[in-house]
Amino acid sequence: MSNVLALIEVSHRGEIAASARGLLAAAATLGSPVAVVVSPAPLSDDDVARLGELGAARIYLAVTAAAGTVLVSPAVDALSGAVDAYGPAAVLAANSVDGREAAARLAVRVGGSVLADVVQVRSDNGTVVAQHSVFGGAYTVESVVKGGLPILTIRQGAIEGQAPAATANLQTVSLEARTEGAAVIDQFNDDAAVSVRPELRTAATVVSGGRGLGSSGNFVLVEQLADTLGAAIGASRAAVDAGYIAQTAQVGQTGVSVSPQLYIALGISGAIQHRAGMQTAKTIVAINKDEDAPIFEVADFGIVGDIFTVVPKLIEAVKARSN
Amino acid sequence: MKIVVLVKQVPDTAEERKLDLATGQLDREAADSVVDEINERALEAALRIKDANKGTEVVAMTMGPDDATQSLRKALSMGADSGVHIVDDSLDGADTGRTAATLAAALRSTGFDVVMAGNESTDGRAGVVPAMVAEHLQLPLLGSLISAEIADEGVRGVRQGEGGTLNVRAGLPAIITVTERFPEARFPNFKGILTAKRKPVTTLSVAELGIPTGASRTVVVSTVERPPRAAGRKLIDDGTAAEELAEFLVANRLV
Ligand SMILES: Cc1cc2nc3c(=O)[nH]c(=O)nc-3n(C[C@H](O)[C@H](O)[C@H](O)COP(=O)(O)OP(=O)(O)OC[C@H]3O[C@@H](n4cnc5c(N)ncnc54)[C@H](O)[C@@H]3O)c2cc1C
Ligand SMILES: Cc1cc2nc3c(=O)[nH]c(=O)nc-3n(C[C@H](O)[C@H](O)[C@H](O)COP(=O)(O)OP(=O)(O)OC[C@H]3O[C@@H](n4cnc5c(N)ncnc54)[C@H](O)[C@@H]3O)c2cc1C
Repeated sequence: MSNVLALIEVSHRGEIAASARGLLAAAATLGSPVAVVVSPAPLSDDDVARLGELGAARIYLAVTAAAGTVLVSPAVDALSGAVDAYGPAAVLAANSVDGREAAARLAVRVGGSVLADVVQVRSDNGTVVAQHSVFGGAYTVESVVKGGLPILTIRQGAIEGQAPAATANLQTVSLEARTEGAAVIDQFNDDAAVSVRPELRTAATVVSGGRGLGSSGNFVLVEQLADTLGAAIGASRAAVDAGYIAQTAQVGQTGVSVSPQLYIALGISGAIQHRAGMQTAKTIVAINKDEDAPIFEVADFGIVGDIFTVVPKLIEAVKARSN
Repeated sequence: MKIVVLVKQVPDTAEERKLDLATGQLDREAADSVVDEINERALEAALRIKDANKGTEVVAMTMGPDDATQSLRKALSMGADSGVHIVDDSLDGADTGRTAATLAAALRSTGFDVVMAGNESTDGRAGVVPAMVAEHLQLPLLGSLISAEIADEGVRGVRQGEGGTLNVRAGLPAIITVTERFPEARFPNFKGILTAKRKPVTTLSVAELGIPTGASRTVVVSTVERPPRAAGRKLIDDGTAAEELAEFLVANRLV
């Protein structure tokens, strides 16, 4: 079976990124998964076991002092080393800030081509076929690479399931730390890890708030409904721009794309750029005081009303039913 | 300092955008073409440097069909000094690899201290072209910045990472990409629109750039359109709508 490389991101604190599961699951549907990891120090036995559990048949570990101090290029060096070592049928990286830059540089370095923002993969008699969800899910497009190595960036949260567990065979190489032609990392500023809520990209339920909330203080209403439903929190760009919530919560064209079972839009007008990030949700609920708001065109259940009166009642009504 | 801003012309996100079901390529008739908003933000950042430092030169560069001159004119009317338009029939349907190779060759011939681009376009959304260009030119890339300070000594910026931000830096020449956290762009004023007509635009072909004319290697094999969503129930709240919604959620096993 042909090898398929998966670039596994590890945070500067040494945590394996959540994207690892989907990447290894996708790799396993195409061939034998090789986890490519860059680290300043050898991996712990726990990490090796964890990657095996997620389906890695092999781990290509590049140990380098540049990990965590030089931006992205250590990952590119590691990937091109692994391409030489394993002659893979494809390379997969997360469609993350680091993942796509690494994929892009690798494509130029080894003469591959990038299939971008992939939501599903399959093998058609050995040809890697990538599926994309384009223009907010309005189109499903399949693409292949003709001549050259396919390098896929995989949309985070899009691949479901987990690869069969394996016992990972570890190969460690040491990588020279190169800084020429590279950007340097001076400092990491981690987000305060407060959230016990589900991750936005993969949550079954998302409650989003828009400019209709009116202030960051009022945004608490969104949090209360989210916590009643065990939901993740999303937002419109206008809510982000107004400073009600962090940019990472933005849903839409230039934010996160979500496809939950239930999406609830509170005080969001439903601009086409917002709908581009949520209209593939299974069920959409909207509460908006403007009867003509475009969000109602895609809502399965719409309420024309004031969020400040409807939402508190909804919270009570849901609580009453779940008791 | 010479700053080149990479500007892509895209279908307006405010309209319904379409793909050609036979080729998987953009249907350029379906929606109006505009400068991608993220590129206007990048241009704005470059123009602010120019406002503060008179010796700064700002060049807007695009690869695109004939009518992409509109986008360059817009950039010139906002305040860019000149434009570079790479246009060639053989670039029709160019993928990211071919686009990046072309832009890299044009950047080599134009010359620059800093290249500024968007972190991701709104149509292709690949977010890879600037990093590919950086690899071609063997230059550092500070990607996905939420702020940047650009000086003769180098660039410092704050990068939006997955679990937080990073402070990053590089010497010049360098490439940076901006995110939506950068300020919105200025509107062209009357004087800008008038002077734009007199500013130079250089047109470059693939032959002039001396790059091979090979086809793109990424190929679309199928394009399927999803039926649009239909609207469902819409209640006007009379005080009982919240109860009805709770019923709906329970009945559909959503809570
Ligand atoms: C290139 C580009 C990319 C973009 N990307 C995104 C993106 O990724 N995500 C995104 O969301 N937007 C995006 N936008 C912006 C988008 O066009 C809209 O401006 C934005 O979605 C509007 O946010 P909103 O619905 O919260 O605000 P508004 O449009 O101002 O709507 C507020 C709504 O709240 C309702 N309301 C007010 N008070 C109440 C109340 N008390 N009770 C009930 N309802 C109330 C109003 O009736 C109104 O419908 C993008 C735009 C561009 C040009
Ligand atoms: C729906 C769709 C899906 C696509 N999927 C793929 C794919 O999977 N793989 C693939 O190789 N190609 C793909 N393409 C083609 C790709 O969009 C074009 O090659 C495009 O020229 C560059 O890619 P991008 O828009 O994704 O750029 P991005 O990498 O997202 O662009 C980032 C920045 O690079 C600069 N830039 C990009 N293109 C230009 C340009 N022409 N002129 C000036 N500056 C530019 C801009 O500053 C832009 O903000 C797709 C196109 C469409 C419409």
